[in-house]
Amino acid sequence: MAKKAAYMGMLTALAFVFSYLESLFPINLGIPGVKLGLGNLVVIVTLYTMGTKEACTLSLVRIVLTGFTFGNPASMVYSLAGGILSLLTMIGARKIKLFSATGVSVLGGVAHNAGQILAAVLVVENVKLLYYFPVLILSGTLAGAVIGIVAGVLIKRLEDMIRKC
Amino acid sequence: MKKNDVILIAVLVAAALAVFLGISLYASMSTESGEAVVYLDGKEQGRYPLEQDMTVEIEAQGKNYNILEIREGKAEIREATCPDKICVNHRPIEKRGESLVCLPNKVVVEIENGRGQNLDGTTN
Repeated sequence: MAKKAAYMGMLTALAFVFSYLESLFPINLGIPGVKLGLGNLVVIVTLYTMGTKEACTLSLVRIVLTGFTFGNPASMVYSLAGGILSLLTMIGARKIKLFSATGVSVLGGVAHNAGQILAAVLVVENVKLLYYFPVLILSGTLAGAVIGIVAGVLIKRLEDMIRKC
Repeated sequence: MKKNDVILIAVLVAAALAVFLGISLYASMSTESGEAVVYLDGKEQGRYPLEQDMTVEIEAQGKNYNILEIREGKAEIREATCPDKICVNHRPIEKRGESLVCLPNKVVVEIENGRGQNLDGTTN
């Protein structure tokens, strides 16, 4: 139990730092919402090594922490919308066992962008924002694939170490 | 990486490209007599023709504002009070359907065609 708490604390700190790093080097392609999603790397590793409940806790804590520290209330709403949809999608995708961590991460990336754009559509009450969707599917797929490949390597190495606790 | 992963990625990329092509085609059908339409909280605030260079101040809630600049047939947000400045960093827009969005201020600037063409739009 104590060991588990220590791992959770460490993973949360890691996710927090990754989100911070990402906010230092924003990718500006002239289109909002395009990003690598480094924080999601930790969420996926947690999902595979510790379980669904732990991944949910970690994801929510990370979003609230980064939202209050580096963001603003508005940006937190979008992070939450994206984060929750992404997490639910990844949990589902993992359960059906069709994909490896890479596929799960890709679906998570696309779902994250879908959640954010849906929240944006609701806030500004303009359906035309869906114009961005193809670009965001593409960026979500690519970012998700990169993160998923790295996560796959990490999961393999960390699995035994974390499971023991 | 499993074979299913590769298929998934291929399908998503293909779908994104297909939708993107569809939208570009729709956007390229006409850029003449385009207008920049400003929406605040979903309600239309004004229409400004793209042929005419001008600067418009959009007043959002409280003391917030966005400054919209139309120059050489393109519209962009030059200045804004929002915290993230995503709208300011966005590239200038000119094609039908493109939009500039400032989520914190709930401002959307969108390119639409002239009124006449919009009425015909439904039969296209």
